[in-house]
Amino acid sequence: MNLEGLEMVAVLVVLALFVKVLEQFGLFEPVSLEDSVDDEFELSTVCHRPEGLEQLQEQTKFTRKELQVLYRGFKNECPSGIVNEENFKQIYSQFFPQGDSSTYATFLFNAFDTNHDGSVSFEDFVAGLSVILRGTVDDRLNWAFNLYDLNKDGCITKEEMLDIMKSIYDMMGKYTYPALREEAPREHVESFFQKMDRNKDGVVTIEEFIESCQKDENIMRSMQLFDNVI
Amino acid sequence: MAAGVAAWLPFARAAAIGWMPVANCPMPLAPADKNKRQDELIVLNVSGRRFQTWRTTLERYPDTLLGSTEKEFFFNEDTKEYFFDRDPEVFRCVLNFYRTGKLHYPRYECISAYDDELAFYGILPEIIGDCCYEEYKDRKRENAERLMDDNDSENNQESMPSLSFCQTMWRAFENPHTSTLALVFYYVTGFFIAVSVITNVVETVPCGTVPGSKELPCGERYSVAFFCLDTACVMIFTVEYLLRLFAAPSRYRFIRSVMSIIDVVAIMPYYIGLVMTNNEDVSGAFVTLRVFRVFRIFKFSRHSQGLRILGYTLKSCASELGFLLFSLTMAIIIFATVMFYAEKGSSASKFTSIPASFWYTIVTMTTLGYGDMVPKTIAGKIFGSICSLSGVLVIALPVPVIVSNFSRIYHQNQRADKRRAQKKARLARIRVAKTGSSNAYLHSKRNGLLNEALELTGTPEEEHMGKTTSLIESQHHHLLHCLEKTTNHEFIDEQMFEQNCMESSMQNYPSTRSPSLSSHPGLTTTCCSRRSKKTTHLPNSNLPATRLRSMQELSTIHIQGSEQPSLTTSRSSLNLKADDGLRPNCKTSQITTAIISIPTPPALTPEGESRPPPASPGPNTNIPSIASNVVKVSAL
Repeated sequence: MNLEGLEMVAVLVVLALFVKVLEQFGLFEPVSLEDSVDDEFELSTVCHRPEGLEQLQEQTKFTRKELQVLYRGFKNECPSGIVNEENFKQIYSQFFPQGDSSTYATFLFNAFDTNHDGSVSFEDFVAGLSVILRGTVDDRLNWAFNLYDLNKDGCITKEEMLDIMKSIYDMMGKYTYPALREEAPREHVESFFQKMDRNKDGVVTIEEFIESCQKDENIMRSMQLFDNVI
Repeated sequence: MAAGVAAWLPFARAAAIGWMPVANCPMPLAPADKNKRQDELIVLNVSGRRFQTWRTTLERYPDTLLGSTEKEFFFNEDTKEYFFDRDPEVFRCVLNFYRTGKLHYPRYECISAYDDELAFYGILPEIIGDCCYEEYKDRKRENAERLMDDNDSENNQESMPSLSFCQTMWRAFENPHTSTLALVFYYVTGFFIAVSVITNVVETVPCGTVPGSKELPCGERYSVAFFCLDTACVMIFTVEYLLRLFAAPSRYRFIRSVMSIIDVVAIMPYYIGLVMTNNEDVSGAFVTLRVFRVFRIFKFSRHSQGLRILGYTLKSCASELGFLLFSLTMAIIIFATVMFYAEKGSSASKFTSIPASFWYTIVTMTTLGYGDMVPKTIAGKIFGSICSLSGVLVIALPVPVIVSNFSRIYHQNQRADKRRAQKKARLARIRVAKTGSSNAYLHSKRNGLLNEALELTGTPEEEHMGKTTSLIESQHHHLLHCLEKTTNHEFIDEQMFEQNCMESSMQNYPSTRSPSLSSHPGLTTTCCSRRSKKTTHLPNSNLPATRLRSMQELSTIHIQGSEQPSLTTSRSSLNLKADDGLRPNCKTSQITTAIISIPTPPALTPEGESRPPPASPGPNTNIPSIASNVVKVSAL
C-alpha cells in the first residue's frame, strides 16, 4: 500500500463525509440525547395553590360565590395555578382578533404582577380585580396610574404615555374607519398631557392625575362602568 | 373565542378601565345583565346517564343546541332536567368540548354516528382539535369514498338508458364487465397484445440455418409472416385507440394521459416504418424505434389491476424513490472516488478513472459482485467492504416506506372489490325488507278499508279482520292513505305497475268521449281477472274500488265507461254520483283528462265533496263492482 500524504488526507476527508452521511440517516447520534428532554417538564411541575377562600375573602372585596366563579375560570385556563406572560398575552389576544394586543397585554401583566416575579397567581389576579371592580374611584385611578407608569417611578412621561397609546391603537388593527394615521397616538398623547399636566413640566404625577380626572365627568362616569362585570 | 377564555371576559372588561382616563369621549353603556342569576348546576340526562354542569359552561357557545334556548325544548318539567334521547358516549365528548374548548374524536366511534351527533348538537366538525383532526379527516375520507362507490354503482344500475352512445362506449372501455361486447373487446385486445409481444420476442430468436448462409433470426427468415402478424396487431391497436379517442369525455385530457401515450408509442414504429424508404442512414434510427414496440407490454396494465396499483404506488412514492436515488448517487460518487485513489498505486488496476469506478461501486453496493473489477490493494479491499456494507443499508432504508404504501393502496383496492361483491347481496336484502313494509301497507289497506267500513256501518264482523296491526303501523298506514287521497294516486306493488305499463303502452288510443269506447270487454276482462285474484272474502263493493284504484297509475288517462247515459266530464260530477245512492252496478261514466289521472271512484274521493259523504265507502259506493269498463289510454 502506497498512500502518499495527499491521498491520506483525501481518504480522511472521505471518511469524515461518510460519518456525516450516516448521521444524516440517523444511524447514530454523536450528540447525546439527555439534555433536551428535561426542559419541557419545568413548567408543568410547578403548581401553585392559592390561599384559602376565607383569607381571600378578607383581602378582597368579593363575595364567596364570586371568588368561586373567578377561580373556576382562572383554573380552567391555567391549570398550573399561575399565568405567565406568554399565556396572558395569548388569552388577552383572543378578545382582540383584529389587532395586535400583545404590547398592551404586557403592560397589563406588569400591572397585575405586583411582586414582579414574572407570573400572576390567583391572588394577584383577584387583588387587581378587586381594586378595579370594587374599589373606590380613587383606588381605581391609582390603579390606572400604576398601569401607565411603566417604570414605576411615580410619574408618567410623554414617552411612557406614547407607548401606552400606541399599544392601545395597535389593538385596533389595520382596518379602521377613519383609517389610522401615523400621528394619531402622538396627537392623543398631546391632548392627554394638555389635560392632565397642570404645571406643564412634561410629566404627570399621581396628584395631577387624580385631580384632573376628578374634574372630568366623562372619566368619572366611565370608571364606574364595569362594576357589574362579575 | 375559545371556551375557557370566555371565563376571562370579565377580566378583559375590567382591564378596560385602563383606557378610561385616556379616552376623550363618553363610553357607551354596558349591557345590563337582565337575568343575572347565580350560576346554577343543570342536569343533562342523556339516555339515562346524568351529566351535570354549570349553566355558564354551556352558554359559552351560544350557537349550539346546548348553549342556546333550543335546549328548553328538551326540558322535562317533572324531573327538572334536560333529557336527550341520544348516545351518552358521544355526549361525553360533546360536553367536554364545552368544558375545555377542544372537541376530540374518539377512535372507536363510527364516523357517521359521530357526525350525526355533532349535527344534532349544532357543533361544526371543523372545531375538532388538532390532536384528533387528522384521524377524523382520514376516516371521513374513507367514508366518503365508500358512499361514492355506493352511489356510483347505484347510478350505474339506474341510469343506463340515459347515457349517450359515446358515454356507453367509454364506460365499456373502462369497465369491461358492463356488457358482453365490452368483455369480448377486452379479451380480444388482450390477446392481440400478447401476440404482438410474443412476436417481437420470437423475431429475434435464431431459427436454424438456411443452407448456404449463416444463422438467421426468425424475423428475417419468415419476414412476411411476421410482417403480417405485426400489421394485424397494429391495425387492432389503431382501431382501439381511435375508438377510445372518439369515446373519451375529454379528448384533450385523454391524449395527455399515460395510457394513450403508451398506445401511440407502441404503434408509431410500424407507421414510421411504412412511411420510411429504405434509406441507409435512417434505417438505423428506425431499428432503434422498433425497440419501442416493447411498450406494447404496458398496455397490459389496463387489463391487470395489480400492475396499475404498482404503477400508482411508484407514483405516490416518488419522493421516497427520489431520496433513494439521491443517496445512492452520493454514496456511489464517494466510494468511487475512494476506490480510485486507493487502487491508483497498484499495477494493472482496472480502476482507470473515477467514472470507471462507478461501475464497481454500483455492482458492489447492490451486492451483485460480478467480479470483473476487484480491488487488489489492502486499502482498496477495506474500502470495498465498507462500500458493500453501506450499500445494503442505503438501499434497505426507503424500501419499507414504498412497501407500506403499496400495501395500503392494495388493501384499499381489495376492500373496494369486496364491498362491490357484497353489495349485491346487501342491496337485495335491503330491498326485500323495504318491499316487506310496503306490502304490509298494501295488505292492510285492503283490510283497513274493511275496518273502516265495519266501524261505520256498525256491523260486528270483526272476525273478518285480518291480523291486528300495532298502533304505530296503523297510524303509518293512515298516513299513507291520506297521501293517496291527497294526490289521488295509489300505492301499488311492482308487478302491478309493470303490468299496467305494458298494458298502457299496448293501448294507444286517442282519448274519446264516446261511450262506445266503453265496450272493451277484453280489457275489462283482463282487469277483472286481475281483480279476481285480489278478491277478499267480503263481497262488498268497496273492495272492487280498491282493486280498481290499485290498477291506476300515473300518466294514463282513465276512462271509465259504463252504460250510464249521463256523461259527466268533470270531477265534481263525482259528487252527483255520490248522491245516487248505492247501486250495485255503477253506471257512471267519468272521463277525467287530468294528466296525472286516477280519478278515484266517486264515493271515495274526499276532496271537493260538498255534501259530506258518509265516511264509510261502503254504502255509498257506486263503483261498478264488475261491470265498469275501464279503458286505459296512455296519456300524451
